[in-house]
Amino acid sequence: MSTFDEQDLEQILRSRPAEPRQLLPLLQDIQARFRHLPKEALLATAERLSLPPARVFAAACFYRAFSLTPKGERLVAVCQGTACHLRGGQAVTESLEKRLGLKIGQTSADGRYGLESVNCLGACALAPVATVDGVVHGHLTPDAAAELI
Amino acid sequence: MFFANPQSLTDFVKSPKNDAKIARRLWVCGGPGCLAAGSAALLTALENAAKAAGLSEKPELRTDMTGCLGLCERGPLVGVEPEGHLYEKVVPADAEELIERTLKKGELIERLVNDPKNPGRQEHPFYKPQTSLIMRRMGRIRPDSLEDYLSADGYKALALALGELSPEEVSRRVEASGLRGRGGGGFPAGLKWSSCRLAPGEIKYVIANGDEGDPGAFMNRSLMEGDPFAVVEGLTLGAYAVGARSGFIYVRHEYPLSVERLERAIAQAEKCGLLGRNILGSGFDFHLETVEGGGAFVCGESTALMASIEGREGQPRVKYVRSVERGLWDCPTLLQNVESWANVPLIVEKGPDWFASLGAKNNSGTKVFSLVGQVRRSGLAEMPLGSPIRVLVQDVGGGARPGRTIKAVQTGGPSGGCLPLSELDLPLDFDHLPAAGAIMGSGGLIVMDDLSCMVDVARYFTNFLKGESCGKCAPCREGLGLILRILEGLCRGQGHPGDGQELQSLGRSLSLTALCGLGQSAANPLLSTLRYFAEEYQEHEEGFCRSGRCQGLFHPAIDPDVCTGCGACAKACPSSVISGGKKEPHVVDLDGCISCGACLAACRFGAAKAVRKK
Repeated sequence: MSTFDEQDLEQILRSRPAEPRQLLPLLQDIQARFRHLPKEALLATAERLSLPPARVFAAACFYRAFSLTPKGERLVAVCQGTACHLRGGQAVTESLEKRLGLKIGQTSADGRYGLESVNCLGACALAPVATVDGVVHGHLTPDAAAELI
Repeated sequence: MFFANPQSLTDFVKSPKNDAKIARRLWVCGGPGCLAAGSAALLTALENAAKAAGLSEKPELRTDMTGCLGLCERGPLVGVEPEGHLYEKVVPADAEELIERTLKKGELIERLVNDPKNPGRQEHPFYKPQTSLIMRRMGRIRPDSLEDYLSADGYKALALALGELSPEEVSRRVEASGLRGRGGGGFPAGLKWSSCRLAPGEIKYVIANGDEGDPGAFMNRSLMEGDPFAVVEGLTLGAYAVGARSGFIYVRHEYPLSVERLERAIAQAEKCGLLGRNILGSGFDFHLETVEGGGAFVCGESTALMASIEGREGQPRVKYVRSVERGLWDCPTLLQNVESWANVPLIVEKGPDWFASLGAKNNSGTKVFSLVGQVRRSGLAEMPLGSPIRVLVQDVGGGARPGRTIKAVQTGGPSGGCLPLSELDLPLDFDHLPAAGAIMGSGGLIVMDDLSCMVDVARYFTNFLKGESCGKCAPCREGLGLILRILEGLCRGQGHPGDGQELQSLGRSLSLTALCGLGQSAANPLLSTLRYFAEEYQEHEEGFCRSGRCQGLFHPAIDPDVCTGCGACAKACPSSVISGGKKEPHVVDLDGCISCGACLAACRFGAAKAVRKK
């Protein structure tokens, strides 16, 4: 479920002490719960931690883990690590972009699919690799990647 | 299980335990590579097969998951204790046979080992040149088990320190060992320890940097997931030495399993009197927690990491004030890489002289390298510092893949450098690599063969670093963009005469003027490839890519004298323009060829080559 729920938000905000250093952990909890950081949640976090909203917004924009728009229900992440690049990762990325009709970083209009890049999954022996909802698929070819969807 | 004093810990280790009865055990590798290759499903299959065989009632025959065994290329791996055999590429369908023959009867399954005459892990060419210190418990313990850690010499150093050694003495041992920071710079650890210990301040912190962001590097992850207590014990010793009462382990966002394992280790240590208040009855308090990163590469930089723990954007600051004096929340802070921390218990327990006797001059100890790329055997390998690159690439890694030749070795992650074949005898240590234009970094070692274009490699790393630049200083923010634009032009065939010179000048300016270590080293991939592979830049200015990597900058040609007619290239060709009879030399019809290079990559005999366009 990804719709905004005020009670859930309240529960998340109360789960940690109201200290500035809890900003990142709180944003991570909110991101995990709502698949993005809704504006209301950013403002409520600022109030809870007694921080200027600008600082909360700055952190939300700075870190790659956070998104201001909802991420897709099914997340496809292509590894862009060095080993994957050397072993043909670019062709795999292009094949997935074509199959999904999305560029890296985009989410489909119906919110079902999201295509992301990840810097390295540590599965270099299986390069090139991609994950679908966290499950790693290795030794991909452009054709095999398209079939993952 | 609660340890009220150092003696009770020693007594516990000596007391007989259930595990002593274990007659044989199958250790399934739980490293990142094997997990991705399906080792969790393999463990389930083995457990089910053991149950079906009625072994669940027999505690002397076990199957368990352990940390990273290293040889990722051949995963999922299974180690056999006590025989020491290593099974490779084990699949769930092998489970029943493993239980019936190996676990029950101790038989060797020949088809699953590398060499049936030498089935032991120690005799395997991948492991033979290695020295295992940091990874010594992988394949011997369950990462989640404090008891296993204790039975494998865990917490011996802390018991010794809190029982017999003063904080000064613990710090002195690290200083005398010559340990250098394993995260990249190779800064003498002892200098940090003594400065932080002597820095005035009531509140001090210790931090482990587990924000392993270099693509192609997973040694810290394997350590945090395979032997988490070693990191926890190291930090505890550091806190005792410098007088810190709290500590943090900053873990990369992409490593949820590392966070989970570390938190479980912390919780167990707290419950047993090894963390928290009055540790081992010594009056020393130490509180440790994990912090999950936000997915920003720059947070691996120490000052950016501390800003991130404080809840701010991870931007570095100029280091005119050192972190050991004013670090986290302006308090004296001792920050080290997780691998540096894992060395600490060994140094404290076995003594600085023993540690200094390993490795090379001014480079004591070992280093875990992640050996990846275009090499036969990818994986994690631990070598004494100062080992020649060649040993790692040729002996451990098995050299180039069939039909290929090695062109370069890239060390040190995205801000490292590319070294040519002529530098392969260079010792891997903190002094020789920088002199050659590369760095040790966190220990990533990426092998590149003749299919890798060095201009494309520079473009790849520059693109990565541009994306990860925090944007605070102009040289890094703008300079990387300018460099990238020229590199992209070269790779697209839109290069100009003089591009190489322009790049040289931009790269040098960036190195000299950027604010933090990331920016200062960001031009390394560019400058090292310009230094050693200038001819490839020259060729790209003219519109030719000799590696067949940059699309449209070459024609494929098949050497009829080398071609065996296997047909692999014809099969790989997306435009179907390669023809030839069985066992006859194949030919490319250049009409319709899109110069994608698929045939070059498919050829196992090196017959397909890139030639200049007519």
